[in-house]
Amino acid sequence: MIGFTRRDRPLPIPAVDGDVVAETFEVCAELGGNPVVNQVSLTAVAGEVLALVGPNGAGKSTLLAVLAADQTPTGGAVELHGRPLSSWRAPDLALRRAVLPQAASLAFPFRVSEVVAMGRAPWAGTAREDEDDRHIAEAMRGCEVAEFADRPFPALSGGERARVALARVLAQDTGLLLLDEPTAALDLRHQELVLRLCRERAGRGVAVVVVLHDLGLAAAHCDRVAILHHGRVEACGSPVEVFDEDLLSRVYRQPVEVLPHPHTEDLIVLPRRRSRS
Amino acid sequence: MSTTTDDRVESSERAERAGRVRVGRATLLTVVMLAALITVSLISAGYGAYPIPIGDIVSSLWNRIGIGGHALERVAESVLWDIRFPRVVLAIVVGACLGCAGAVMQGVFGNPLAEPGVIGISSGAAIGAVCAIAFGVSVFGNWTVTVFAFISGLITVFIVYTLSRQGGRTEVVTLILTGIAVNAFGGAIIGLFIFIADNSQLTAITFWQLGSLSQATWQKVMAILPFAVVGLAVAPRYARRLDLLSLGERPARHLGVDVERMRVVLILVVAILTAAAVAVSGIIGFVGLVIPHLLRMAAGPGHRFLIGGSALGGALILATADLTARTVAAPAELPLGVLTALVGSPFFFWLLRRTRRKQGGWA
Repeated sequence: MIGFTRRDRPLPIPAVDGDVVAETFEVCAELGGNPVVNQVSLTAVAGEVLALVGPNGAGKSTLLAVLAADQTPTGGAVELHGRPLSSWRAPDLALRRAVLPQAASLAFPFRVSEVVAMGRAPWAGTAREDEDDRHIAEAMRGCEVAEFADRPFPALSGGERARVALARVLAQDTGLLLLDEPTAALDLRHQELVLRLCRERAGRGVAVVVVLHDLGLAAAHCDRVAILHHGRVEACGSPVEVFDEDLLSRVYRQPVEVLPHPHTEDLIVLPRRRSRS
Repeated sequence: MSTTTDDRVESSERAERAGRVRVGRATLLTVVMLAALITVSLISAGYGAYPIPIGDIVSSLWNRIGIGGHALERVAESVLWDIRFPRVVLAIVVGACLGCAGAVMQGVFGNPLAEPGVIGISSGAAIGAVCAIAFGVSVFGNWTVTVFAFISGLITVFIVYTLSRQGGRTEVVTLILTGIAVNAFGGAIIGLFIFIADNSQLTAITFWQLGSLSQATWQKVMAILPFAVVGLAVAPRYARRLDLLSLGERPARHLGVDVERMRVVLILVVAILTAAAVAVSGIIGFVGLVIPHLLRMAAGPGHRFLIGGSALGGALILATADLTARTVAAPAELPLGVLTALVGSPFFFWLLRRTRRKQGGWA
């Protein structure tokens, strides 16, 4: 097959923890003509989970799309492994970063196992093609989709589809993971599962960037959190540093309280509510 | 830990088993279709006002290839090689083109309703073909009609593709409505050419328009064969990437597919295949719609089987349809296009209903 046949293509070298995998320099981007990302500078670091949080329309998904090379920035620069993102060819990019879109759709009724196997397509014709089966099995087990491996994708529920899509992205086995709201359709158990998987990947030296709405999940599982507001980074740092009651209340236009969990010390973010009794 | 290991073994086994079942089905289908195609071809070659026994056909074939057998007497040999075989081969080539074009088109649009006839590509190609026939153009010699059909078909694919896509996906309603508009326009232009054409050209156009293969000659086979070969050879190279495209354009790009380039190449392929089919046999609808759909239901949506399988299935269906067209009203002949539309339209209706139900309405 054209484009997949060059077995001598340079394969990605595994990053060492702490290496900068992807970086944006004062990047700007538009959505439908409106500026939604404004001079954002961020780094995705190997071995770290970075959460992008913020109210609806803050520019989280657009920023992720810029990192994924889906969208060309209108200003600033984006680099992957120290090279401008736009200079990478699609097949080489596919060996280095995987993207989970917000909604998973499928035009034809492929089976779950076939969908997950699609994640291995970039490696076809490379020396690491032989690891396909191992990665597919591991991703399906991790996302708990193995039990419906031979069901057709359209016959699944929304949450099951989301997990299959995640399994496909994990099977791609790249050094940079960009996940756009991976927990949106999931129940409590599977939300935890997804973030545990992120941690596990980070533990193996992967740089993970994840868009989240649940601040509690972000506080418990992420190394760094970037709070986006009107396309700008309001704060970026460890959850303890950036989850400030005043800041969050202002950004979300909703009074919140931030409490430490009695046992784990992880932060819990709750909207301030009036007592009902 | 033992349970997880068991789970892993079981799940990978199950996935493997499912994969094997599909591969098995694909192989079985290929063998069955191939056997059926050979049988139908032999029957078709033997049947007619001058019947030739199958034994004689095989023996004449062996003789020509040069591995034994013997030549038949003069008339039989002539009927077989100058009338019957060109017709059978033409049906096979046209059918293969239609089936393959349907499969590729549905993959590119990510929509099981896309088909060269339904969305107007065949009409577009027909404009070029009629133009060449009506004005008696012969700049490309034997290939003139095919080249003209290709050019106008190509323009039409681009128009339909641009008009029916919005934000990276195809809306069914827009696609079908675009098809209606293009078909209406094509019909009008063809009518105009018929109005201009003189009597002998009119006869040629009418024969061609009915989608009949009755005028088949080796010359006609040669007029479309290069086009068919190019289209049928390129399409399977994109099978795996078409699988990835079913995830959507962006996810396909994330998996390393150069979507823009692939789209251009495949649109060219569809235009070539449609032109090849339309140039000699007019608009034969629904083959490209029905075949990929049936095969997808039988062996799954993987394009690695679907593209080749649809070509084979299309060849089988058209060879069978042509045999039927010749036999049901013998000695008269039913136009092939009429026959396929008769069978294909109800299927299309059923498909529309099904698609509508699945997505809960068109809006």
